[in-house]
Order: sequence, then structure tokens, then C-alpha cells
Amino acid sequence: MPVKVYAGTDVMVNDEGFFDDPQQWREEMASQIAREAGIETLTSQHWQVVKFMRHEYADKGTGPSVRALSKTSGVSIKELYQLFPKGPAKLAAKIAGIPKPRGCI
Amino acid sequence: MTGEGTAANGTIEKVSIIVSKGSLEGVYPALIMANGARAEGIEANLFFTFFGLDAIHKARHEHIKLATVGNPGLHLATWAGGLPGVSSVMTHYMAHKMGELDIPPIPEFLEMIADTGAGLYACKASVDLFGLTEDDFIDQVKDIITVGEFYGLAAGGQIIFT
Repeated sequence: MPVKVYAGTDVMVNDEGFFDDPQQWREEMASQIAREAGIETLTSQHWQVVKFMRHEYADKGTGPSVRALSKTSGVSIKELYQLFPKGPAKLAAKIAGIPKPRGCI
Repeated sequence: MTGEGTAANGTIEKVSIIVSKGSLEGVYPALIMANGARAEGIEANLFFTFFGLDAIHKARHEHIKLATVGNPGLHLATWAGGLPGVSSVMTHYMAHKMGELDIPPIPEFLEMIADTGAGLYACKASVDLFGLTEDDFIDQVKDIITVGEFYGLAAGGQIIFT
């Protein structure tokens, strides 16, 4: 199981880089995870989505798929892909330290 | 050795999906795969050919039906599947089941897929065959292209025929 160092803390992640334990996540870690995923700077819009992912995970035990993310967060599909070109739900979940959403839609 | 259209680390970077059928069960898998590709950060293009063109036809794409005749997977006697209204009822039932799983209706799904940045294209040979024009298609269709142009778009990626 790979170990990463984010914000000075050892974090266990899976092979794809998703946190094993979402409890280990702290806000200071997000920008470094984002850079590794190809997002140079986290804007307030990125943060809106990342916080929403954490909120959904806390609420439902799983992150939303892209469609559900757009419907419930109010951020359009187009904007989501502009913010996270390599897959909005997947990348936002990774940056938010939650497991990869498993929806097909 | 890595296959065509895959990166050195074995991931798929790009897919081109051909939609050749105009039935509900012919269209949805392609849309789900295209949308799923984009969700994984994979570049995706959809190429609609032959009866698959109905999926992007303004007047027809809201009325894509499940094939209730010649569809053994439905476990319905062929004679029953051919009765008037059966296809509509089964399509309606399927739409209801898919709605429960948050799978959008075809028009909304196509709009969503275009918004993900996937390209939607119509096949020129089929467009000519059916006597259609650009005006017959939904706005999300980027272009009517030839087979050669399709291969140009698909170059360096995987091609999926449905």
C-alpha cells in the first residue's frame, strides 16, 4: 500500500492515489494532491466542488458521480470539466481525500 | 508491449465509439461508455451511422424504442413483441427503471455528453443515404464527416463498434 506525504503527514493511499482513510485528510493537503493530478492552482470554484464532495461523502458514505455532482452542487457539467479536465468526480474525490465514486453515469 | 491507443502505462487515452443501431438497447450502451470515458478523463468521440443517426435526429431522438421483436434477451415471445403498443410499453417501463438509476433520457444524455467535451459526429454516407441534412440533427452534432475523416479523428485511440 503506497504511502504519500501531504502537508508533512504520512498518508496511506491506494494504487490510484485515493485516500484509504478520509479522516486523514486536511485542507492544507488539497493543493499538493491537486498539483499531482495536473491542477496547478485550486480556485474558489475548485474548492466549492471539493468541499461539496466531502460533504456528500460525510452524508452518504460515497462521493457523487459527475451527473449527481452537477445536479446537486449547481455547477454545470461544462464548468466541472473545465475545472477538472481529467474527470470531475474522480479528481475532486481524490483532492477531497475520499474514495473514488463508483457510479457508471 | 502496449496495444494501439494505450499509453505506456497501459491506460486508455482516447476512444471513438460508433453507434450503428437505432434501438434503445443499441444506443444507450454507447452513450454510457462515452460518458464514462470522459468521467475517467479519457478523450471520447461518438460517430453515428446508419440507424444510429436516429439518436441525434431532432425529431426522432426522443422516440428511440426498445426492440421487442427479434430480441431473445427480452424473454418475450416474438408474436407478443409484435403486438401494437408492446414496444412503447416496454420502452416506457425501461425508461422508468433507468430513471430510478439516474440514467437520463437520450436527449438529455446527449446534451450532457457534449458538455463533457466529447465530440458528436454524423456519418456522411448514411446522411446522404437517408436524404438528411445538418438541419435534421441536434445542435450538439459538431459535423457530418466521411469515414476517412472519422479514422483521422480516431487515430491513436481505441475504436468501439456498437
